[in-house]
Amino acid sequence: MNLDKDMQEALATFITESRELLQDMEAGLLALENEENRETVNAIFRAAHTIKGSAGLFGLDHIVRFTHVVESVLDALRGGNLAVSTELVAALLPCCDHLNSLVRDVADGKLEENQDMADSGKPLLAALQPYLKTPEATETGVVYRDHAERVGTIAGNAIGTGNWLLFLQFNENCLRDGMDPLAFISYLTTIGEIVDMTTISHAMPDAGNMNPESNYLGFEVILKSEVAKESIESVFDFIRDGSLIHILPLENRIPYYVELIGSLTEDNAQLGELLLKSGVITQRELEEGLKVQQTQAEAQQLPARIGEILVDQRVVQQPLVNAALDKQKEIQNNKIRENQTIHVDAERLDKLIDLVGELVISTASASLLAMQARNTALREVNAEIISLVEEVRDSALQLRMVPIGTTFSRFQRVVRDVSKELGKDIKLAISGAETEVDKSVIEKIGDPLLHLVRNAMDHGIERAELRTAHGKPAQGTLRLNAYHSSGNIVIEVSDDGGGLNRDKIFSKAVERGLVQPGTALSDQELYALIFEPGFSTAEQVSKLSGRGVGLDVVKRNITALRGVIHIDSAPGQGTMMSIHLPLTLAIIDGFLAGVGDASYVIPLDRVVECVELPVDDNRDYMELRGEVLPFIRLRQLFRKNDSVSRRQNVIVVEHLDLKAGLVVDRLMGELQTVIKPLGKLFNHVQGVDGSTILGSGEVALIIDVPTLLRQVACSGNAL
Amino acid sequence: MQSLTIEGELTVFTAAYQKTLLLAFLNTGDELEINLSKVSEIDTAGLQLLILIKREAAQSGKDLSFIMHCKRRLATSELPRFGQAFGEQATFAHNEE
Repeated sequence: MNLDKDMQEALATFITESRELLQDMEAGLLALENEENRETVNAIFRAAHTIKGSAGLFGLDHIVRFTHVVESVLDALRGGNLAVSTELVAALLPCCDHLNSLVRDVADGKLEENQDMADSGKPLLAALQPYLKTPEATETGVVYRDHAERVGTIAGNAIGTGNWLLFLQFNENCLRDGMDPLAFISYLTTIGEIVDMTTISHAMPDAGNMNPESNYLGFEVILKSEVAKESIESVFDFIRDGSLIHILPLENRIPYYVELIGSLTEDNAQLGELLLKSGVITQRELEEGLKVQQTQAEAQQLPARIGEILVDQRVVQQPLVNAALDKQKEIQNNKIRENQTIHVDAERLDKLIDLVGELVISTASASLLAMQARNTALREVNAEIISLVEEVRDSALQLRMVPIGTTFSRFQRVVRDVSKELGKDIKLAISGAETEVDKSVIEKIGDPLLHLVRNAMDHGIERAELRTAHGKPAQGTLRLNAYHSSGNIVIEVSDDGGGLNRDKIFSKAVERGLVQPGTALSDQELYALIFEPGFSTAEQVSKLSGRGVGLDVVKRNITALRGVIHIDSAPGQGTMMSIHLPLTLAIIDGFLAGVGDASYVIPLDRVVECVELPVDDNRDYMELRGEVLPFIRLRQLFRKNDSVSRRQNVIVVEHLDLKAGLVVDRLMGELQTVIKPLGKLFNHVQGVDGSTILGSGEVALIIDVPTLLRQVACSGNAL
Repeated sequence: MQSLTIEGELTVFTAAYQKTLLLAFLNTGDELEINLSKVSEIDTAGLQLLILIKREAAQSGKDLSFIMHCKRRLATSELPRFGQAFGEQATFAHNEE
């Protein structure tokens, strides 16, 4: 199949959307497992429905065929013909996966079904068969049933058996005017059947005041009728003036109308329109309600909402108005989402960020020149430009920010599957899902998180027997949390398991020769050992973890993101791993230092303090408040051979409890700078994170503090 | 037991007259019976008159019942249906009977 360019673009959109929808679907299914919720069922159904529809547009028949079966099951679920069960969710989840694979194939350009996929899809569909009432509609013969049809049937049913409740309080003069209420009621029998009728006579005054020619009676009629509300209403056209006539769907019909309203596919939904569309109110009732609203507005009162007015005027019941309001909100939400989300090519965004970065550098150089030129006016203007550029930069970076929730919710599935695999009952609690973080960070944090989650589930959380024995709830809890903390995002993976076993870690470390027996280690030092390559204390190698592969990778990945990982653990209470990551990878706050004629940027979050180098007697350490502080001489490190300046300074840097002093010539203050990665050629260069261009046009290297500190730690061991 | 048979129509056209008649009848005793079998036509005005008289009787502690041909007592709640039995205008089919 050949697709032209437009089609290709549309297909790309289809792929993106389908992936999002499938993600929603998966999240929805997992949510259903915990709590059955109509809205969720509807959302899942809509997702499947949309995928099927869009796939049809592209002639992706195999996707249509597959999704159709899934959709049919979901439709049954939605219609209440099927109850949510763990088995059903278990059957549907692999279908989601399969659809994902199908969509991925499409993304890879495979528009036709391939045999492997077809084979792997069959057992999934077979698993859905028990949930389908009409098996013949599955394999071939795809039956399209859209919303409109569905609305039709609901509407038909509702009115077909529809009962109406009529409140009739005719005006007092109707008898004198020759109109007999009973005659009208009797006329109702021509359009339906009167099931019940009650006379309301409490408006009638006592005998002395009662005028026998005035009408005091009201009637409550329950009518079973096939006709629309308008037709019933039109019966009372002649007598409406001065009369109270309310025609309401009978209480027990309300659920039907609620569903009907819920299934309306209106684009522009005013509340009244929705109610009108569903047939619970008539055009006249709506107009009257609007008129009341208008009058109130003109009278300078706060006009009531149309829903309130309609309920007030007893043309419709509150639950129906509520249903319509919900629907309205749903439509508005969809609209807002449509309006507010645009898909932007990540590359374009990166290009923008890059340009903004250059802009930051240019403004820095402009302000430097202004300073040198001693031109106050220029400096003032420049200051304004800088503040604007900073705002532009912030909002440009904001563009890349995405809530971490999507990443978190993926773990619902992981936790579910892994806990099944491990035979443990573990629930996932998510908080801080709205915390935003740079997209590039999100992309890279998934794998480390996965390792941590699996590790916590496998090693952290004990088996149910052990938990109950320790007086803990049998169900283990894994918690994912995220929050912002001073320019960092902190992601916590915690469990309420047994905590880290100090002794076991220590003996294992001794066994592996990582520490000398008898060494006194702080908690942090000890816990850090579990991130050593090949380190595992699990006695039993399970399928998931325990092979010692994973945690060292986690640490590597996080370090690569300029992040750190902390462990807190309490025996018997659980373990918390917190990952601190910079919010964005593109820009850092740095500390500028000079050595000779070169400048270096040290990430500010690593800098603890700056001190003057007392007397340089060529030692590689100094005493700082009673502690020994090892040095790293940048001059030596970068092999600069120019003469040492008379006064040198020490920048104290810290990373994971490792501390060292960087010896530099000049301290040049803080700056915010854009990181430019070094070329591939310099991949092997250690101790440098990237480069940046300073305002003066100079290139400055960004120091990779963690790596340097590790080197010092190694050489320190050798000392 | 006092008994009153209403003859002819019981409609808005006769309501004023019937009202005085019925109220007067109410004063004739404590156990009262109104025979409606001779009523040729009844409308809302007639119906509410019967409801009124029933209410007045109840308020003054009198026992009033309506009877048709078969001397069956009618409950007030049955009055609307009872109304159905009279007159062409007020006739409507009722399946439950």
